[in-house]
Amino acid sequence: MTDDTLLSARGLTLSFGSIPALVEVDVDLWPGEMLAVVGESGSGKTTLLNVLSGRAAPHAGAVWYRDPSGRLHDVHAMPAPALRTLHRSDWGFVHQDPKQNLRMNVTAGGNVGERLMAQGARHYGDIRNQALEWLRQVEIDADRIDDLPRTFSGGMLQRLQIARTLVTHPRLVFMDEPTGGLDVSVQARLLDLIRTLVARLSIAAVLVTHDIAVARLLAHRIAVMQRGRVVETGLTDQVLDDPQHPYTQLLVSSVLHA
Amino acid sequence: MNGYNFAYLDEQTKRMIRRALLKAVAIPGHQVPFGSREMPLPYGWGTGGIQVTASVLGQNDVLKVIDQGADDTTNAVSIRRFFARTAGVRTTTRTSEATLIQTRHRIPETALREDQIIVYQVPQPEPLSRLEPSRAETRRMHALADYGLMHVKLYEDIARFGQVSISYDYPVMVNHRYLMAPSPIPAFDNPKMHMMPALQLFGAGREKRIYAVPPYTEVRSLDFDDHPFRTIRAPHACGLCGAADVYLDEVVVDDRGGRLYVCSDTDHCAGRRAAGHVGADGMQEAAE
Repeated sequence: MTDDTLLSARGLTLSFGSIPALVEVDVDLWPGEMLAVVGESGSGKTTLLNVLSGRAAPHAGAVWYRDPSGRLHDVHAMPAPALRTLHRSDWGFVHQDPKQNLRMNVTAGGNVGERLMAQGARHYGDIRNQALEWLRQVEIDADRIDDLPRTFSGGMLQRLQIARTLVTHPRLVFMDEPTGGLDVSVQARLLDLIRTLVARLSIAAVLVTHDIAVARLLAHRIAVMQRGRVVETGLTDQVLDDPQHPYTQLLVSSVLHA
Repeated sequence: MNGYNFAYLDEQTKRMIRRALLKAVAIPGHQVPFGSREMPLPYGWGTGGIQVTASVLGQNDVLKVIDQGADDTTNAVSIRRFFARTAGVRTTTRTSEATLIQTRHRIPETALREDQIIVYQVPQPEPLSRLEPSRAETRRMHALADYGLMHVKLYEDIARFGQVSISYDYPVMVNHRYLMAPSPIPAFDNPKMHMMPALQLFGAGREKRIYAVPPYTEVRSLDFDDHPFRTIRAPHACGLCGAADVYLDEVVVDDRGGRLYVCSDTDHCAGRRAAGHVGADGMQEAAE
């Protein structure tokens, strides 16, 4: 861990009964960096994301987060109100299923504005302007601002979720398969959007995906997981072009080249 | 009355309720659970209010009971008679004479004093109930003062209707900390709760919750900086007493579209008429 590490985890261990979900996992993330966590289903990727974001507690190990003033916080020792504040200001969480995050009976504008209002924004005009601005950034027409999310397509819902998450300018975003369940052309557009926004706002992100192509396109660094262990980690191109671990080699060679 | 304890409830129950009341007063706006008893009237008729009243009522108290501002409706008459029989206390319809006022859906127009207590009947104590179905989650939101969701509701109203469409049970922030449902009083009455000299107690019988606002406590209706809270009333003067600054009831008087607007607070109206104020329809009445 160096002086400017944003998020740092050491020795994370968690098992569900006799099934090891995480075994001695170390993670470091620097500001503005995107880390991809890849691996097959059941390798502990989503569990790692939940533990890193404080949504699940590990049996052993600790997660440290450095706030904007430079102080370190033990995420799992933080009082609940502080963690909640972190989750609605400095951090964001993008789910695979946008319906888990969005309020389906609240308009698009209300969905984008909720985090602002939770932070204490009390000026309707400002909130609405910011919502409009963010809808524009994620390429949703401004005249859909008062429509309910259930009238949106899958790709639009995912983009709305991203707008809702990024509106408070978080420093760190956790993404759980953000392009899962979308068709290929929509996926491409969404990836392009995420890459642009993350680069422009210099957001750090932990991205969980089983899609090597997504990792290659978005991530600076990559961590390969198998049965709860990180078996290989390094720069994305380095790991994917010259995989060292047998499992990584299998993973890379099993990608179809269209 | 033989066979009953003073004010119907047994002393242990009253002690339990008073303990909940003390806690509620100590944490303004916080909902305190209590062991609500079955009362000889149905849920929704004021079982919470009547238990709070029974617990704070003393032999020298003067009780007033109002329902939608009126002293002469079924609910008000029944509860007033109930305490007259079970406690033998003096009752009144005059706001200024009462020391204890149990109310449903209104705050009297006459300003309350430090030596008075007002007890509200509350059907739904949880202001977030319609927005968040899980009570475990709403309790967590109260604990963390996480009230963004309530503002989302206000935002949605303004986006859809151009204004906040809540006309009664308008949510308030108590003492800058707790979000509170003021019971289904009209939003018109909300400003009266702010820095009120009287003690305000709230009882929800079916939901088994008690909460309170101590005297001189800040009670702010939620709003946006550019859409400030404003009270809404029918743009008329009372037909009987001519008052133009009070909350009015609309009464259909014939089948040709005739309407009569009268004070919802019957005691306030009667007081004004006794003092010689006459409204437009009041003169007609006299002429007929």
